[in-house]
Amino acid sequence: MSLTTAHSVVAPSANSKRIAGAIIIAYALISIVPLLWIFATSFKTPPDSIAYPPKILFQPSLEGYCNLFTTRTRQTPEYINSLGPATTFCDETTRKRNMVIAGPSNFLPRFVNSLIIAFGSTFCAVFLGTLSAYGFSRFKVPLADDLLFFILSTRFMPPIAVAIPIYLMYRELGLSDTALGMILLYTAVNVSLAVWLLKGFIDEIPREYEEAAMIDGYTRLQAFWRTVLPQATTGIAATAIFCLIFAWNEYAFAALLTSGTAQTAPPFIPTIIGEGGQDWPAVAAGTTIFLVPILVFTILLRKQLLRGITFGAVRK
Amino acid sequence: MADVHIKNVTKSFGDHVAVDGLDLHISDGEFVVLLGPTGAGKTTTLRLIAGLERPDSGTIEIGGHNATTLSPAERDTAFVFQQYSLYPHLSVFDNLAFPLRSPARKMPEDQIRRRVEEVAKMVRIHHKLANRSTKLSGGEMQRVAIGRALVRKPSIYLMDEPLSSLDAKLRADLRLELKRIQTELGATMLYVTHDQIEAMTMADRIGILAEGVLVQIGSPRTIYSEPANLHVAARLGQPAINLLPTGLLPDGGAPAGTKTIGARTEHLTIAKAANGHADGVVDWVEHLGDQNHLHVTVGQKKLVTLTDPDTDLAQGDRVVIRYRSPLYFGADGQRLM
Repeated sequence: MSLTTAHSVVAPSANSKRIAGAIIIAYALISIVPLLWIFATSFKTPPDSIAYPPKILFQPSLEGYCNLFTTRTRQTPEYINSLGPATTFCDETTRKRNMVIAGPSNFLPRFVNSLIIAFGSTFCAVFLGTLSAYGFSRFKVPLADDLLFFILSTRFMPPIAVAIPIYLMYRELGLSDTALGMILLYTAVNVSLAVWLLKGFIDEIPREYEEAAMIDGYTRLQAFWRTVLPQATTGIAATAIFCLIFAWNEYAFAALLTSGTAQTAPPFIPTIIGEGGQDWPAVAAGTTIFLVPILVFTILLRKQLLRGITFGAVRK
Repeated sequence: MADVHIKNVTKSFGDHVAVDGLDLHISDGEFVVLLGPTGAGKTTTLRLIAGLERPDSGTIEIGGHNATTLSPAERDTAFVFQQYSLYPHLSVFDNLAFPLRSPARKMPEDQIRRRVEEVAKMVRIHHKLANRSTKLSGGEMQRVAIGRALVRKPSIYLMDEPLSSLDAKLRADLRLELKRIQTELGATMLYVTHDQIEAMTMADRIGILAEGVLVQIGSPRTIYSEPANLHVAARLGQPAINLLPTGLLPDGGAPAGTKTIGARTEHLTIAKAANGHADGVVDWVEHLGDQNHLHVTVGQKKLVTLTDPDTDLAQGDRVVIRYRSPLYFGADGQRLM
């Protein structure tokens, strides 16, 4: 007996394939141009970045990256000449603009803040979401439907609509400008999405698997860990990507609630432009680096997502 | 292995009473088959013994100890589900090893390997141990599922229609294998099915369930030849028993109060009518190869029996039919002695 039933699929014709391909490529190009422009700008010198007409071909420079990671002060040529020879590439570039490096910029700590807050809140939201979704899926929860609706209702308004109360609340609680505060906030926003998405995935996993494990000598938690979780990886990966993208890109709350130690990258990057003129290459460099983690995360989990699709062959 | 004693157990789901005052004793090493239609409470009975459901009332004793409130892990039963039996993310080996790796057992890996290989040979799946469990055929999957129950030495094996999703040939093969394995191991087994052939061939005793009530329990022979009531009589026999009203055929010797007469093939003598009297007309002879089904119309009633493949009866023949100590049922459906 064969388990995989062969479905007859109507194969698309060569022509429609070509048309579909052309549309996809055209759309991909349109979407990727702004990103490529940012990427290119990050390797331009400041004059090249504001040249008109815009330069497609240019001499690449790391000046934007130097400026991103440092703060600089303007000095007289006499003072600069009195210094010893420049020791690093960034030193040299900066001096050509009549400036010296004063110290590291805040970009790195802000970027680290973003990493901690985004991944921390994603972990919390997915962790809580998975357990709640499992509970709703498997147990008789009193008022389950109402509770699920309540959880969903937290997304009826854009989160920023409650910015003022949250701002006041956080000030009272001492959570303003703390990583913990931001993790809690992003978790609260994301957990509703996580519960709903994951409940769908866990509902699809037959409960016989856990029951079999429990009969075989596992506790419910162990059975959950050994049988449900491995089969829910697809859903967990998808949920994690959504949560991470929200937390990573969130700007409004970050701008409102963080200003110093816990500031994330999104509100910080625009401030770069103020330091020493219109420094577009530094902004572009910040943006480019900012894109990397989410790109890597998505590519890593893409494997999981694809694996989920090709898993198949479970008897129904 | 151990005996299992279910005492007056009732379980409801909302308004629906799934199991109603069930009393059942399964002796150590006994193979009991519960037979009944969908919704009769067969699966619920298994789940109650396994601890996946808690009874509303009554007690369940396993090996002489009250297990009514124990968790599934503490009861040490083994369960073969009708479906979804294998973990799709594990290989065949890991599926078989899964019960042995449980925290409750903590068996060393080399012992696990030995045991898994032993069982894999028993259920004839050892050549596929490294396969992904989703890459097996239906019969192989179900053999692994049975193997996963067999790697342990539980108090009782609980099997919920383990063969129902397989095709006829595989079902026949696995039926024999399962009975062989059970005899070899001397295993206590409670097996649920709605297939009367499985019940008749494998069981030491058959329990007939209807609407949550255990109607009758006894050896296959007893259940077949001395059914307690119409329901039990109708569950066994192929073709199904003919239930005829009194007076349709000469029924001298019927006890007082007989309302219905149950007649299987062995309860009927059918002969071509000589000139004169006939009871019925042959409607149709159904050729099944090794045997024939004879359809006869008697008055308003239709009657189906087996006949020899080389019978000389043909469509349109007028026949004389006589009972040969048939089963008598009263107005309440109970069999009259």
